[in-house]
This record gives sequence, C-alpha cells and structure tokens, in this order.
Amino acid sequence: MRRFWRHKLAVFGAATIIVMVIACVLGPMLLPYNDTHIDIRQRFAPPFSGSHILGTDPLGRDILARLLMAGRISLSVGFSAMAVSMAIGICVGLIAGFYQRAIGTALMRFVDAMLCFPSIFLLLAVSALIEPSVPSIILLIAMTSWMEVARVVEGQIRSLRTRDFAVAAMSMGASNTRIMFRELLPNAIAPIVVAATLNVAHAILAESYISFLGYGIQPPTPSWGNMLENAQSYLTSAPWLAILPGAAITLAVTSFNFVGDGLRDALDPRLDAR
Amino acid sequence: MSGFLIRRLLQAVVLLFIVSMIGFAILHLAPGGPLSQFAASGDMTQADLDRLSAQLGLDRPLPVQYVEWLRRLLGGDWGVSYRDQQPVLTIIAAHIGPTLELMLSSTLLAMLLGAWIGILGAVRRYSLFDSLATIGAMIALSIPTFWFGLVIIYVFSVGLGWLPAGNRFTVGDGSFLNRLHHLIGPCIVLALVSTAVWSRYMRSSMLEVINQDYIRTARAKGLPERYILVRHALRNALLPMITITGLHVPTLLSGALVTETVFTWPGMGRLFLDSINYRDYPTVMGILMLTAILVLLGSLIADVLYGIADPRIERYGQ
Repeated sequence: MRRFWRHKLAVFGAATIIVMVIACVLGPMLLPYNDTHIDIRQRFAPPFSGSHILGTDPLGRDILARLLMAGRISLSVGFSAMAVSMAIGICVGLIAGFYQRAIGTALMRFVDAMLCFPSIFLLLAVSALIEPSVPSIILLIAMTSWMEVARVVEGQIRSLRTRDFAVAAMSMGASNTRIMFRELLPNAIAPIVVAATLNVAHAILAESYISFLGYGIQPPTPSWGNMLENAQSYLTSAPWLAILPGAAITLAVTSFNFVGDGLRDALDPRLDAR
Repeated sequence: MSGFLIRRLLQAVVLLFIVSMIGFAILHLAPGGPLSQFAASGDMTQADLDRLSAQLGLDRPLPVQYVEWLRRLLGGDWGVSYRDQQPVLTIIAAHIGPTLELMLSSTLLAMLLGAWIGILGAVRRYSLFDSLATIGAMIALSIPTFWFGLVIIYVFSVGLGWLPAGNRFTVGDGSFLNRLHHLIGPCIVLALVSTAVWSRYMRSSMLEVINQDYIRTARAKGLPERYILVRHALRNALLPMITITGLHVPTLLSGALVTETVFTWPGMGRLFLDSINYRDYPTVMGILMLTAILVLLGSLIADVLYGIADPRIERYGQ
C-alpha cells in the first residue's frame, strides 16, 4: 500500500516536472501576451476575468506569461545550481573518502564548519555583497549546498574502498584516480542520484528565498521568487499576485521531492524492508 | 561521560575557529567592501575614504585584520556597528529575545503536533491517516516559508480578521495576551517545517520501538494498549528525537529570518537583513558567529543529553 502510494507520487512528480518544463519552454510562444508587455489600463485584472487567464500585475503585465518566463529562470537556476553543487560535493566527498587521513579529516571539518551557518544567512551575506545576476546566483546557491552531497559521497566511498573489488583494483596497480572515478564512484551512484534530485528542490527554494528578500534575481528578469517580492503590499487588493507564484514554487519543489523520495525507495529497497 | 564531554567541547571550539575564518574570509573577500556604500554616494572624497579606512583598520592586510578581530572577539568585544556606533553585542542582545521567543514557541508547537502525528501514523501504519501525513509532511517541506506566511496573513488577517498581520505587539498595548495574539501567526508559520520533520522521525522511531520484545512482553502481560504506548514505547522512541531537535537549529534559524521578515517581527533575522543593507560588516559578522554558536550548541546539547539518557553512547564516543 505504502510502496504503491510512493510510487504513484513519484510518477506524479515526474509528470509534473515534465509538464512544467515543456510549458515554460514552449508556453510563452503560444500565448497572446508578451511577459514584458505593459498595459496600464489593464492593471490588477483578477484571474479568469477577461482575456488575461491568470490576471495581470500592478503594471498590467499578463501573469501567466510572466509565470512561464519566470519558470524558465527558476527551473534553470535549480538545475544548474544542482549540477555545480553536485560537481563540488562529489569531488570533495571522493577525495575525503579516499584519502581518509589528514586530507579527509581536514575536508570534512571544513564541511562541518560550512554547515554551522544556517543556509539563508550565508546566502544573504554573500548575495548582498556581489552583483546579482543569474550566473552569480547559480554559483552562490551551489556554493552553499554542496556540503550534504559531500557527506553522502564521503560515507559511501569510505565504506566502498575496503570492499574486495576496490582492494583488487588497488592490488592490480590501478591509479588512484582510476579507482576513484571508475571503480568507487559508479558503485555510489544510487545515493548520488537521490541527492541530486533533492538538490534541485533545495536550489529552487533557495533562489525563491533570496529573490523574495530582494537579493536574488533582479527585475525585470522574472523569477518565481522576485514575482512575490512586492506581493505582500497588494495582499488585500490583489491576492493572486502572491498566491500564484508561490503555488508554482510549491508545486515544482514538491514534485522534485516526490521523485527523490521515490528514487530512494526504488534504488535502495533495504530502506523499506521493515 | 566527562571524557566524552571534553572531547566534544574541544571539537566544537576547533570548529568554531574554522567557522570564524570562513565567515571572515567570505565577507571580506567579496567585492565591494564595507566602504563601497559611502564611495557610491559620492559625498566623500577619496581622502575622506582613506582616512575612514585607516580609522577602521581596513587598510591593513586581511590576516592582520582577522587576528585583530579574533583577539577582540575572545576578549568579549564584538566590534562597533558602522550604522549607529553601538557595540555589536548590545545590538544583538536587543534583538535576540524576540527571535528566541519565536523559535522556542514554534519548537514546542512542532514537538507536540509532530509527536502526535508521528505516533498515530506509526500505530496505524499504512492507514489513510498515515498516507496523508506522509504526503502532507513532504508538501510542508516544499512550501516556501515566506509564501506560507503570506497565505496565513491573507486567510487569518485579511480575510477573517482573527490575527494581526505583523509586529510583536500593538503600540501602546504590551500586555501578555496582546503579545500572545501576535505570536500565533509567525509561530504557526515557523512550526510548519519542524512539525513535518518531527512527525517523520517520530513515526520511524516509534515503528522501531514498537516491534521490540519488551513491547510484546507488555502486551502479553495484558497491559492496556494506551499505557504500553505512552509508558513503554514513547519513552524510548523519544530518545532519538533529542538529536533531531539539536540538529534542527540551522533550519529553524533560517526559517526565523524569513518569518520575521514577513511578519515584521523585530528579531535577529530582520537585524541581519538591515545590517546587510547598510554593509554593516561588524554586525553581520557578529550575527553569523552567533548563529554558528547556536548551531554548535544545539548539537552539543543534543549529544550530551543523549549521552545522559542512553549511557551506552559513551562506548561509541571512545
């Protein structure tokens, strides 16, 4: 019963992600409105009231068009930040797990120290000081979210390197790099895939947090987070400004979390053995 | 126990030292610097800027600045705010109360609610309630805190008019009830994620305990189910929760910052944002250090409490 639910949720999540990606890529071309088209006479049109399906914002821009364009940014920030943070996390984890002594300890202490900062505080401290742009925000999110990955990989590598196949490879004289990347890493791929999926969810959330607080993606480039930035002041008169982008974020993040959770079950059946 | 405690304390101090270096490096290596605000305004000449820089010690090499800063920090001098010339510790002390109030109250709420959901989910495993709780927890972990705050304000403040839309109390009315009334909204918002986390861990912890032999023995003795759950199972299932609560501090601090912003709550999160806006490096650095201390304290206390509650842990520590 439970497995079945999880399975269903993972499929639902995957389907939602695919639909969202397609909608964000193709959607803006099919809509009658451009996301930057300003129409002052049509300000604050509520959803389902006229030609604007999801209504308009304080400048009379079509919200659906903006949501889709923002989705392009938010989703690509999510995927790119994941890619960068996985790369950092895997490298650090591999090295720390393989060379356990001084290097490994030093690296893992560094990871511990980075984890002492609550993520939002670190993100804000740096994002406020740099020139915010899409690439810099991606790097920033990656720089503050690779530690969990490093821990997962380190744990895996540490236990794998004493296994027979690794010892055999070593005794055959394989180079350290070869053992790390060809022997150990492929065997640790399952938890890495799970971590990557959850990492996308985390990155989308992180982007929305800093953009909401005004330090992330800067207007006029829309992102789901910065669409919410001024929404609070219109909460009484135009609540849809706040509801819609938040719902989009929640839907996207939930989907990635569902998929990650489903993958964890599928790739590691032992977890559900109880 | 004491050996374990001393080892953990030493580790924490070393870690804090690394934390201070990372924090200092990140802040000071980022482009701009503390004086870019003044430079951009155009009110100051280059000579003024140089003088200010020398006055604040910003013209010296970074390692020297770090050692100087650390020396003062250890002596209890956390620096002086660039914004209002007050000692950083005084400013932080004025803002930490509201944050702690928010964090503690929401942790309490999350513990009660999460434990209840988790226990019920474990007892009635695979029931509709259990499935809904599982899905609900995952959605709760995916909702952006600030958005949930906006929704709560929209429903309960704008729509129903039950709760105030922000602030810690009404000006001119600082009574306990008034404060409590203002606390409800932000407390619920901050508790959402914690409740989800607690209910998940409580459920699996309870499931682990519930299949143990001594529970079967208690059942065989004919004890009432309720008694078994509370006196036998819950006691042992709560043990791992000590660790979870301790490790939850960073998430809670991040959530508090966002919640404070949405509800205009005068706590440390708001102070941090304001300080960042003013490029008030000493205050930013001070808050970063304080959050790291709180995080380390959380895991340290969790370890120690766990060691007291379960003496077997000491063996692993050695």
